[in-house]
Amino acid sequence: MREISLNILDIVENSVKAEAKLVEIDITAKGNFLTIRIIDDGRGMCPEFLAKVADPFTTTRTTRKVGVGIPFFKEAAEVTGGSFKITSELGKGTTTQAVFVIDSIDREPLGDLADTMMTLLSNGDDIDYLLIYKVEDREFIFDTRELKEQLGKISVAEPEVLQFVRELLKENINYTDGGAIL
Amino acid sequence: MKTIADIMAIRDKMQSQIIVRDNSDGEIRVVVGMATCGISAGARPVFNALVDEVSTRQLKNVKITRAGCLGMCKLEPIVEVFIPGQEKVTYVHVDAEKAKQIVANHIVNGNVVTEYLITNV
Repeated sequence: MREISLNILDIVENSVKAEAKLVEIDITAKGNFLTIRIIDDGRGMCPEFLAKVADPFTTTRTTRKVGVGIPFFKEAAEVTGGSFKITSELGKGTTTQAVFVIDSIDREPLGDLADTMMTLLSNGDDIDYLLIYKVEDREFIFDTRELKEQLGKISVAEPEVLQFVRELLKENINYTDGGAIL
Repeated sequence: MKTIADIMAIRDKMQSQIIVRDNSDGEIRVVVGMATCGISAGARPVFNALVDEVSTRQLKNVKITRAGCLGMCKLEPIVEVFIPGQEKVTYVHVDAEKAKQIVANHIVNGNVVTEYLITNV
């Protein structure tokens, strides 16, 4: 993957397939660490499956739910000197956390988070997303439940709505990180 | 800076159009493959370009969605076009520019963009 935002898109697809109702995407840049947490309330994984989920060779063919998506994300974090972990409980959900060392030369850029969120929102009628973007002391929160309240009967997947959301996110993300390229 | 409340202008504009859609004969679906293979091959910019093009052209009966792996990872990004009453059309190795052409030529004007079809591979 060329951007961490693409990894995020890929990992959240797992939450979608696990029939999550709410996916929280929590991005925090503080000091020299960029922490990405993806928390879903999907069906979760059993301990046996969880134990091998980060191994592409034991997982790619066993189920459609995972493949090289998780290994890519794990590698991207660990190569910077950061860390990676997944916790999961059947029936409760899954939390994926990757910590990146910001000044590592091997770190992918965060990339276009607004594009990723907009793409995710294209199935937003069945699932909600909560984005929390924190850079040092500034914070931006985007909750699709609030958006849906405003939209009423109109689908969040309407191209015009998606375009609006992308612009809204771009502006707010840019304000939150002061235009810094993370 | 935009806030969620700003969506109200769009909502009000769209409310009348929704009624029109309810009476139309089925919608056109454009599906982008978005598994790890698709994403790493550049499916997200394709998806974005499709949204922009459909929105800019004010196409009211087109839905852009995403799918998992379509089974041909090396041909990603893959875009499938479903027009009611017609056979599915599969485009491969799509990029943002090709995506715009697919909207203009195929969806708006009804001419399949033969040079990007899967049958050329």
